[in-house]
Amino acid sequence: MTATETTFNFPHSILSAHRQRFRRLLPAIGLLLLGLLAWEAVVIIFRIEGFLLPKPSVIGATFQDQFLVVLPAGLFTMREAVGGFAIGSVLGIGIALATARWTLISEGVMPFAIAVNSTPIIALAPIMNNWFGITNPFSKMSIVALIVFFPIMINTVRGLRQVDPDALELLRSYATNERTVLLKLRIPNALPYLFSALKIGSTLSVIGAIVSEYFGGTREALGVYISQQAALFHFAEAWSAIMVACFMGITFYLLVLIVERLVMPWHFALRAAEE
Amino acid sequence: MNENNPVVSIQGATKVFNEGGTDRVQAVKDVELEVYPGEFVTLIGPSGCGKSTLLRLIGDLITPTSGGVKVNGKHSKQARIDRDYGMVFQDATLYDWRTVNKNVQLPLEVMGYSHDDREKRAAKMLRLVQLEEFANHYPWQLSGGMQQRVAIARALAFEPAILLMDEPFGALDEMTRERMQLELLNIWGQTSTTVIFVTHSIPEAVFLSSRVVVMSARPGRIHAIIDIDLPRPRGFETREDPRFFERLTEVRECLRAGESGKSHVEGYK
Repeated sequence: MTATETTFNFPHSILSAHRQRFRRLLPAIGLLLLGLLAWEAVVIIFRIEGFLLPKPSVIGATFQDQFLVVLPAGLFTMREAVGGFAIGSVLGIGIALATARWTLISEGVMPFAIAVNSTPIIALAPIMNNWFGITNPFSKMSIVALIVFFPIMINTVRGLRQVDPDALELLRSYATNERTVLLKLRIPNALPYLFSALKIGSTLSVIGAIVSEYFGGTREALGVYISQQAALFHFAEAWSAIMVACFMGITFYLLVLIVERLVMPWHFALRAAEE
Repeated sequence: MNENNPVVSIQGATKVFNEGGTDRVQAVKDVELEVYPGEFVTLIGPSGCGKSTLLRLIGDLITPTSGGVKVNGKHSKQARIDRDYGMVFQDATLYDWRTVNKNVQLPLEVMGYSHDDREKRAAKMLRLVQLEEFANHYPWQLSGGMQQRVAIARALAFEPAILLMDEPFGALDEMTRERMQLELLNIWGQTSTTVIFVTHSIPEAVFLSSRVVVMSARPGRIHAIIDIDLPRPRGFETREDPRFFERLTEVRECLRAGESGKSHVEGYK
């Protein structure tokens, strides 16, 4: 009975789900358009100088004009962000797994990790430039890796440790070894924690890459382009590069979101059910 | 029944938590109990009487401070290694990331059963708890009662000698609870498993059990053991049988006696 009902309703429910999602997005789209219009109006009405705040229409035109400069610059910086993110996450996850295996590591390392995580790691950017060379992309990647490493490691350790005591006792009643506990319980339990850190990390890595480029780098880099154009009072150019940066951040975040959905389909359905 | 060898034999088991500290608690003291094959034994008592502790001592999830537990003549630790225990907790404790089918298969995976064998056993167990249609659902898509049925199916999937249940129906509403009790008796009848069941509900204990072990608190010890000679199979009409009420009264009075008894025995220790 239930089964036939579901199949019957299926195409209809998909359509209405799409329509509902669009309807839910409408206020946001409306607000965006309204905001851009208000921006344009404020600049015209109060006669704000172009070097202080360019009109959205001007930024749009400059973006089209500079497209072949800002897009490759964006891709260059994105490579640094993604590279650093990859290094930082692999290290973060690896060390987290090691702490789950040897509790002594976790007790020794965690207080420092939490302390370092609350410091402005970006302040090390000039040091990394000095260590790896200002034009070497690795100087930026290392900053990004450091920035994403700590939240990923800390969250993964939490996820590995904060398992339901009953779930643990259940496996103990089967006389399982620690490896099985890790594979069957701790790792699946840590995935939601890990992915919330990866999502934060995706955003942080773009910020980290661009800001560390403000301290110097090759001319192909987006951060260098922004700081140079700003120094020359070319603010429409700077803004169009900032647009690329925003787009990069959002794309990276969405990519992680998609991977999360693929890795933990159950988690999404669970959250949807809880809403 | 007593002509058989006991499945579980508890010999002077004592458990003290935080020995030497100011928060030292004697959870269980000098408990002697024998449980025979195919029995349904319930541990009942006020909160803090150590009934859950006793259940965990039997299952070797904690070790006794003194005394011991033998299961089929083996040390309880060996019994755990031999996978003699099926556990059911108050919360179903299903893994959110596994479907119902995969949850039932969890112990089988851990114990190295083949894929075909796992599928076969899980299907059989889900039929037993009448959840075949929900095999591919996730646990959180099911009601509390259904989740607990999955937990029972999981506990029985590897045919353990003993089913240990720690207030498994404590979180369910009264109607679901009574239905689950009936289903549990059906399952127990079909599998001939020995069940040790912790509860603080008197009607639940009387309805389910062959024997009710009444415990008293601080320190937890056995106050009395009451035989429940109600005919089987038991059903909804059992709860209206005058003998059911007689046993209910007996257990209740025993619990009260156990409570008043504690003050002059161990009150100032």
